[in-house]
Amino acid sequence: MSKVLVTKHIDKYFHKPKEFHVLKDITMGVTQGEFVSVMGKSGSGKSTLLYILSTMDTDYTGELYLNNSLISGRSQQELARIRNKNIGFVFQFHYLLSEFTVLENVMLPAKKLAEKSHKEIEYDALEKLEMLHIGHLAQQRASRISGGEKQRVAIARALINKPTILMGDEPTGNLDSHNSENVFDIFKRLKEKEGLSLLVVTHDHDFAKRTDRIIEMEDGRVL
Amino acid sequence: MTNWKVILNIAKTHLLTKMKSTVTATLGVTFGIGAYITLVSFMTGLNTLLDDLILNQTPHIHIYNEIEPSKQQPISLFNDFEDALNTVSSVRPKQGQLKIHNAVPILNKLKSDSNVKGATPQLRAQIFYLAGSIELGGRLIGVDIMEEVRLSNIEDYIVNGTPEALRNSDNGILLGHGLAEKMSLSVGDRVQISTVSGSVFPLKIVGIYQSGIAEVDNQQSFTNLKTVQRILGEVNSYITDINVKLWDMDMAVPMANTLEKQYGVKAVDIKEANAQFETGTNIRNLITYAVSIALLIVAGFGIYNILNMLIYEKMKDIAILKATGFSGNDVQLIFMSQAMLIGTLGGLLGLLVGFLLAIAIDHAPFETDAMPTLTTYPVTFEFIYYLIGIIFALISTFIAGYLPSKKAKNIDPVEIIRGT
Repeated sequence: MSKVLVTKHIDKYFHKPKEFHVLKDITMGVTQGEFVSVMGKSGSGKSTLLYILSTMDTDYTGELYLNNSLISGRSQQELARIRNKNIGFVFQFHYLLSEFTVLENVMLPAKKLAEKSHKEIEYDALEKLEMLHIGHLAQQRASRISGGEKQRVAIARALINKPTILMGDEPTGNLDSHNSENVFDIFKRLKEKEGLSLLVVTHDHDFAKRTDRIIEMEDGRVL
Repeated sequence: MTNWKVILNIAKTHLLTKMKSTVTATLGVTFGIGAYITLVSFMTGLNTLLDDLILNQTPHIHIYNEIEPSKQQPISLFNDFEDALNTVSSVRPKQGQLKIHNAVPILNKLKSDSNVKGATPQLRAQIFYLAGSIELGGRLIGVDIMEEVRLSNIEDYIVNGTPEALRNSDNGILLGHGLAEKMSLSVGDRVQISTVSGSVFPLKIVGIYQSGIAEVDNQQSFTNLKTVQRILGEVNSYITDINVKLWDMDMAVPMANTLEKQYGVKAVDIKEANAQFETGTNIRNLITYAVSIALLIVAGFGIYNILNMLIYEKMKDIAILKATGFSGNDVQLIFMSQAMLIGTLGGLLGLLVGFLLAIAIDHAPFETDAMPTLTTYPVTFEFIYYLIGIIFALISTFIAGYLPSKKAKNIDPVEIIRGT
């Protein structure tokens, strides 16, 4: 199986409030169709690593490969395009655009990518919402739906451009056990049915145990 | 690669959900531009009025014979006293004649000049208006009335009667308004005038002339050139003044200099005669623009503030947009297009408001003795001011939007997402 995401010797420092070596020589990879969770205590650097992997944080040394092409050192413009096309992101606090409808939220990354017509994008978005059993909410304002529903909308949005990898920063951290379970099932199903690669940072042991592989981090190193 | 449809859609949604701020910012621009249009229309209207009042009554070049002492007294021509200190006391003006020497050929030469719109002969005579036993000192100007009508706006100042009536009458007079009041005369009456040498002539009043300048109206009347020549007992080449109107006013200064040298006459150009008026016009324009720019700066700060607040409120949205693949430039464009939408909308509304206000002012009654033909406030409508107005609006909103949007562009999504 080919690796979709590879890091080689990634080092990162925080400069404020004082010099701090937060990531130390991280070398790891995620295989196509693998469901990986990253665990570690607060301050172990797992979130920091995730943001480097997501290409949003570019202040590091080392090499990052996505689909076997080098990502490090590319321009912001290119990185935005890569995020748009290849990376789906789910956050702890849902982060939907509250003034837009659920459907518009899901469609937005695809509209930005502009590879399909409006009709096709709308069809895709509705399909994703149906798949996550929230098709009936499509025309609701994003600010009017419940937390669990929001997280599912966020997942639908992350999936709209058929990304190579889906990343999650504590995607269940803010949800009750029922909804957490729900989100886990969705991830599992995406992996099995669509062969999606997943990389999820979590505190939740029960969640992590059921993934394919756990990457344990401590003091900026992978154990 | 910019996807304008998506960016404008987001900008539109932001503006519509923040209706109150949007309206406030838009009204700020509207107010600024509206005030600018109103002010500039009114000010230029006023400028034109004042220019008409004075400048159009003065010819571009006025040619006459100045009464002045000889520049060289005879003693200085005498070689024997070359090195001596000569003192001449009680210098008198040179003996000369009031009429312009060779006036008719000069007139014809001027009329054939391609720079000249027209040249009119005038004969100014000191006379007395006789009202019973009272003699009122004054001035009678003999003119070619139809040429004057063509070249100046004298017709606007004939409050009763017509220039044609004067042309058609051999002994008609356009009597000064102040004189007519003093002597209780009106159109159709006769007025007696007496020359300096004492001969008395009756003239028929065919019109009343009111320039709006009391001093003039109390002394000056117009009649035909021939009539004055006859009253004075002079031949029909006797002309004391020539007024020249040029196609291009800026030619007046060099041309006046040439004429002075060429014909040995005094030639005064319009800039020399009315230097203070241009200054007044410039200062009024300056005030107009200063006030307008001040208003626009205020409106600009309004937009700056509102966008700044919006960006703080939308930090999370910006982070989300960036995380899902919008670049910093896209985010900047979203906020820039909001500013520009506000600017365009506010600017266009401002043009409309300014236009309507200008129309209202144009219809407000305003009567003054200075301009007998004027019944409402003077306002000009010129397309160029509307063009300047909208460009003003766009530039100021661009600047006001640029700084906050630049900040939005540089927001680090990681900081926002980790922060919560």
